[in-house]
Amino acid sequence: MTMHRHPQAERPKDGPGAEPLVRLRGLTRRFGEVAAVDRIDLDIYRGELFSILGASGSGKTTLLRMLAGFDTPSEGSILIDGADMTAVPPYERPVNMMFQSYALFPHMTVEQNVAYGLKKDGVPAAQVRERVAAMLDKVKLGRLAGRKPNALSGGERQRVALARALVKQPKLLLLDEPLAALDKKLRQHTQFELMNLQDELGVTFIVVTHDQEEAMTLSTRIAVMNEGRLEQVGTPGEVYEYPANRFVADFVGNVNLLQATVAEAANGEVVLDCPDVGGRLIALCDSAPAAAPGSPLWVALRPEKILLSKEAPALAGRTVLRGTVHDLGYFGNLSVYRVELPTGRILQVSAQNRVRTARKTVEWDDEVFVSWDAGSAVVLRN
Amino acid sequence: MSWTFGKRGEARGETRGDGRRQWLRAALAVPYGWLLLFFLAPFAIILKISVADPLVALPPFTPLLDWAAQGWERIHVTLDNYLFLFQDRYYAVIYLSSIKLAAVSTLLCLLLGYPMAYFIARRPPRWRNLLLLGIILPFWISFLLRVYAWIGLLNTHGVINNFLQWLGLTDQPLPLIYNDFAVYVGLVYSYLPFMILPLYASLEKQDLDLQDAAADLGARRWQVFLDVTLPLSLPGVIAGSLLVFIPATGEFIIPALLGGSDTLMIGRALWDEFFINRDWPVASAVSVILVLILVVPLMWFQKIQARREEGVL
Repeated sequence: MTMHRHPQAERPKDGPGAEPLVRLRGLTRRFGEVAAVDRIDLDIYRGELFSILGASGSGKTTLLRMLAGFDTPSEGSILIDGADMTAVPPYERPVNMMFQSYALFPHMTVEQNVAYGLKKDGVPAAQVRERVAAMLDKVKLGRLAGRKPNALSGGERQRVALARALVKQPKLLLLDEPLAALDKKLRQHTQFELMNLQDELGVTFIVVTHDQEEAMTLSTRIAVMNEGRLEQVGTPGEVYEYPANRFVADFVGNVNLLQATVAEAANGEVVLDCPDVGGRLIALCDSAPAAAPGSPLWVALRPEKILLSKEAPALAGRTVLRGTVHDLGYFGNLSVYRVELPTGRILQVSAQNRVRTARKTVEWDDEVFVSWDAGSAVVLRN
Repeated sequence: MSWTFGKRGEARGETRGDGRRQWLRAALAVPYGWLLLFFLAPFAIILKISVADPLVALPPFTPLLDWAAQGWERIHVTLDNYLFLFQDRYYAVIYLSSIKLAAVSTLLCLLLGYPMAYFIARRPPRWRNLLLLGIILPFWISFLLRVYAWIGLLNTHGVINNFLQWLGLTDQPLPLIYNDFAVYVGLVYSYLPFMILPLYASLEKQDLDLQDAAADLGARRWQVFLDVTLPLSLPGVIAGSLLVFIPATGEFIIPALLGGSDTLMIGRALWDEFFINRDWPVASAVSVILVLILVVPLMWFQKIQARREEGVL
């Protein structure tokens, strides 16, 4: 494999011509009666930084362990670079993994840790030294080569783990919660380092994480996983703005979920009866079967898509409701309001604090208007 | 030993840390006091007897201090007993034979105990305790009884020989008892739990991700074992080996009950000197030398531990 490929050329090519690096078909892993991973079909392309996002117990770690070869699928197949890897043991897969615990060998120095994989492959000693030194330089650990893992900080250990997994130039790097053990400041910094390294080496990354913010910033694409199934696969923008269902809308970011029934539908727009807000909503919906009058629906509204104002906003195409501020939280850059509608339902609204003032423009118990575009309301089938 | 605690008047100016340190001191005094009273003091007495001359009296040795009218007159010390041990080839042979028996038993315990400890440590947690209980359960029966049971098993007309003859594998009883073989069986059987428990403790706390990581980096199963599992379990190997080797070297009951007349172990020689020859000074010298022999591996272990901890820091 060649290094330093141009990152732009490596972005997912969903077209029919592109050959996926990883192809999962009907992948299932059962523990007794429970399917931890349940009939998953997934294609991951060369050069992607692909995230599998899910809560604990969603099956994401089991999926990763099957990719690494630590766990054998109950059913289905794993193809990596065209070769069937379903039953291939971990030590023969062109795949390396960075463990959440880092799993550095405590009785070996940094250098010995990084060299271990190359030695097991029978790489000549001179080459091992050279490649280990180059890799340690790349992650800025050259001066710590002689230290034992216990004498390193958390961030340094994370870089040793990364170097150890990357030095073998795998086709695929698996990262299990790569940033979870770091504190917040370091996490942000490391996030960008990880992305740069991935761009530079052109290795395909699969990241397992429970942190949706991490998945959003890192990834070319995200798969949202729940109870062993993939709920949605898409770019961060797609997953956030066009969630496929209620679970995804709720899991990724904050959202107001409203129950409604279709009152009328015409040219891609639906008018919905929504007892939650005590009135009618307008939303865009291009799916004909869901838009049949009388059918029940869910509507997702992101807090930042809702406009909060003290005066009535211009009506054109907007849904406007009245309410009172029940609660508010000030975060400096933005404020979050919980607005109580006359029905008792509470809507979460967030707004950038654009004007520099120490006084609050909107106060507790203020009468306010909340409004949004038809295009901001996402219609969910389930 | 007495410990003075801060008086009430002082306590006012005293920080909480000082009070705590005093408690810590008092707590530490318990084990040290114990060792002093029940280990160091008896050892000093044995040491004293080992430099005395034997007497046909009660006690059967000369006192350390000769009392005269004006108080003590002279210190009575002799190295004859040690000289005797070094000159008589018999004792060198016994020491070496004891060490050999103990070392081979330790090795056998390690070879048997490691797979067992590994197996238990890799079971699901609810199984582990049950299996460990199985290892510890024999301790509930008296040690002496268990060794006697082996006589019944190994005897010329014992269970094993009868069974082998019934199977037709042999038409004459095999010499299973009153030889070194029987002593090995007894030693390995009795001391195996002391090997398994520390091995289990070090294997059980090993992070399983390390094995996965080695496999992920290209190591086969046996390489994972040699490169990761074994070196990380070394403290358990050493602790277990010492726990078996040290008591096995001085073992008396097993060679006395299962060994033959040609089984030479220091425990038996010690018994003979004390109770048959009634030569307490020589017997004491024998046990002092035994302690010295056993202190060497302990110091070696201490050194390794210290080095390991330095590496960690």
